[in-house]
Amino acid sequence: MRFLKAISKIPYYLLLTVEFIFKKLVFRCHMCGQCVLQFTGFTCPMRCPKQLRDGPCGGTRENLHCEVYPERKCIWAMIYGRSKFLGRTRKLEVIQFTIDWRLADTSAWVNYFSGRDGQREFKRNLRRQAVAVAEKQR
Amino acid sequence: MKAASNLEKVLTSGAFAVTGELGPPKSVDAELVRKKAQLLKGFVDAVNITDNQTAIVRVCSMAAARIVLDEGVEPVMQMTCRDRNRIALQSDILGGAALGVKNILCLSGDHQTLGNQPDAKGVYDIDSIQLVRLAVKMRDEGKLLCGEELKNTKKSPLLPPKIFVGAAANPFAPPLEFRILRLGKKVAAGADFIQTQTIFDLPKFREWLSRVVDAGLHEKVFILGGVMPVKSHKALTYMKESVAGMSIPDELIKRMEQAPDPKKEGVRICVEIVQQLRELKGLRGVHVSTVEWEEIIPEVVEGAGLLPRPTLAEESLRGSPPA
Repeated sequence: MRFLKAISKIPYYLLLTVEFIFKKLVFRCHMCGQCVLQFTGFTCPMRCPKQLRDGPCGGTRENLHCEVYPERKCIWAMIYGRSKFLGRTRKLEVIQFTIDWRLADTSAWVNYFSGRDGQREFKRNLRRQAVAVAEKQR
Repeated sequence: MKAASNLEKVLTSGAFAVTGELGPPKSVDAELVRKKAQLLKGFVDAVNITDNQTAIVRVCSMAAARIVLDEGVEPVMQMTCRDRNRIALQSDILGGAALGVKNILCLSGDHQTLGNQPDAKGVYDIDSIQLVRLAVKMRDEGKLLCGEELKNTKKSPLLPPKIFVGAAANPFAPPLEFRILRLGKKVAAGADFIQTQTIFDLPKFREWLSRVVDAGLHEKVFILGGVMPVKSHKALTYMKESVAGMSIPDELIKRMEQAPDPKKEGVRICVEIVQQLRELKGLRGVHVSTVEWEEIIPEVVEGAGLLPRPTLAEESLRGSPPA
């Protein structure tokens, strides 16, 4: 039985490895297990030394570089540039949910579709709020 | 009234508010905190107690806030997300409120590698906007982040912390449009007041403020402009070179360099900036911060013609814990 249980986990770890390699190469993913790429112009905000998920701190330099690592560009300046280029700056107005650290090092894809990271519910609530605001204005 | 703090009363009364800044000592020198508080008494509406600023270990802001409160000055307890996770942050909001703190300022915090413990682990469990929302949720809904109610037992009464929640904004760091968007997020999260980064570059600040006014944010939140008297041109040059997110015009450095008495010139420049800030639409007060030079704040406030400060009964200041 124990052997079967161990085997049953193989597909999950295969998927996790594929996801990790893909996202590490493309986004320099930090495996928080709850992707917010769709809000941040497809740029991972976890690369920020302060891991801010709601926008830049006050330490962006004049040349758009980071306060902590002067040789690196501020990730939030990059996120803003790309969001603007893609026409997705409205997505940045969303106040992000707090990170669930239990999901670190798990598959964000599985978490998204299984609803474990609560992100689909979060988006549903956002949509509901937007509708409520629009109705109020009317 | 959300918190009925002195700062909230002054701001809602429409008066031009003044807040000061007090840096706790790097040793157990409680007397120094008392002395600094006495210096500021009557000259500011509230005083910010910094939370291990620039990531250098000091007396914690909650303890210093209580000492300041005992001297009859209202503190604004600064809270950074650098050192505490959400458990400690919520616990400190409760603890601070229980000690009589009525204002808090939510910050991300300077990164630990820039301080005197560069090998420390940074926490950054939640960010400053989430902290604002958390504090507002605790106050307005009486609930923790997880949704649990602020009751000791099931039958005991709901006792939420009565706090006036502030946040910071930096008008000088690029990209400008994103700064306005982020300020909007802080307002949406429920921030009651905003203190800005120190202003030396007035034209840049005016541009930022005009955009804030265009976005209508000045009606939803009280904005306090940060100012700082400096002792010498060296301090300005240092800030220009090594503090990220600061904008300091070269003329100002030259003016300080050529002044016969740089300390007096520093105060004069600061007073001039405050006077120009008072004219601006959308600004509701100033925040005077210093680098270990708190004794100069009264001179700045007096020079700018902001005296006397609106007075309140001593009792309301002696922060009694919620009944």
